[in-house]
Amino acid sequence: MAELQLPTYPDIPAGEDPSNFPEYRSTKYRFPRRPLFHLPQGIGEVTGPLLGEDRVGPHDHDLTAHGHGEPIGERIIVHGRLLDSGGRPIPGQLIEIWQANSCGRYIHKVDQHPAPLDPNFTGVGRCLTDGEGRWRFVTIKPGAYPWGNHHNAWRPNHIHFSLMGRAVPQRLVTQMYFPGDPLFFQDPIFNAVADEQARNRMISSFDLDETVPDWALAYKWDIVLRGPDATHIETAEEHG
Amino acid sequence: MSEPEVGPYPPPSLEPTPGVTPSQTVGPYFAFGLTDPWEEREDAVEPYHADAIEVFGHVVDGRGDPIPDALIETWQADPNGRFDHPDDPRGAQPFEGFRGFGRSGTDNEGRWRVRTLKPGRLPAADNGEQLQAPHLLVTVMARGMLRQITTRIYFGDEAEANATDPVLRSLPDDARETLIAEPVDGRGYRFDIHLQGEHETAFFEL
Repeated sequence: MAELQLPTYPDIPAGEDPSNFPEYRSTKYRFPRRPLFHLPQGIGEVTGPLLGEDRVGPHDHDLTAHGHGEPIGERIIVHGRLLDSGGRPIPGQLIEIWQANSCGRYIHKVDQHPAPLDPNFTGVGRCLTDGEGRWRFVTIKPGAYPWGNHHNAWRPNHIHFSLMGRAVPQRLVTQMYFPGDPLFFQDPIFNAVADEQARNRMISSFDLDETVPDWALAYKWDIVLRGPDATHIETAEEHG
Repeated sequence: MSEPEVGPYPPPSLEPTPGVTPSQTVGPYFAFGLTDPWEEREDAVEPYHADAIEVFGHVVDGRGDPIPDALIETWQADPNGRFDHPDDPRGAQPFEGFRGFGRSGTDNEGRWRVRTLKPGRLPAADNGEQLQAPHLLVTVMARGMLRQITTRIYFGDEAEANATDPVLRSLPDDARETLIAEPVDGRGYRFDIHLQGEHETAFFEL
């Protein structure tokens, strides 16, 4: 067998995303108390599922096209690029999103928020990144909703994003927020990211250039996944 | 947008970027976005494959209560110990009817299950001669978890391979035991995941 030359994915910076955060009450019984063990990154860790084209239909990126009529609410375009921390685009990647409707209600059966469901909005979408790592969704701006974490707790408007990455260490599930949301200060999930700059990387920016006149406002959001350490990826052949 | 190309990775860097996007909880409502639309398609193997096995179990919190809103994902080698992936330095190798990835939400009793094939053995990460024992790499997410955590599932009927596996050997006895799925007659392998508590599963930094 040829000698294995594997990239390595650097550790996530300490403190950016704790697993225990008492202000978010649900973490209490759901984080490991024992320190995590070191896992050497081998072939199984530096590969990952490539869920490609066969999964994405022509309208999957347009969440306003999944019913029999127009969903209620503010139509928006959400777009950006998928990059790794080395600034390299990640092409051909499946991006999955899910969200509440404009009233702040999920179609999930457990959601008890007394706000109306929208028969023309499921809140589910997916797309593939293109050759430059670009992605784009058409959707409805999600509403805020109350939840039981603390007195008068409300989630800021957000869209859930799931990114598989090229390799398991790049796997990321996160949430995209909207600029200037007045609910940030009291939301423990948003504020669990201790570093302010890191926290702000979850907030999209209003994008006038991509706004479609008379039709939809646009928001831009670049997503950055952990990248392989470039100094470790040269192969034996490249060394001659 | 231009056509995606999944070629060798990584391509050269284009521009400096800020740090990575932080993780957030998958929340309680992921099912309608991540598992329900896919139906049986998240099984790692075609449903009636002759060699299919089921790996299944419960996800339990620190009070011993089942977690009804957890998401389990598995990634693994094929039965030959290979990956259909361009970043496998031995070369991508497809295995018919199999794609290595499984995904399952838990039900109201905290149960999950993935249908798959038993993986083959892999070279160790340090490129030593010792092979790794067959295992699945597992990602666990749930409401209340701000970031996913990683563990491994080994097979209880692979005692000989498990005894020499470099990762299992690096763990204390009580942690090692939590990574062994027990064979269940006619059903496959049972693997319970304890996020916390007396039987806390061994989790890894990845």
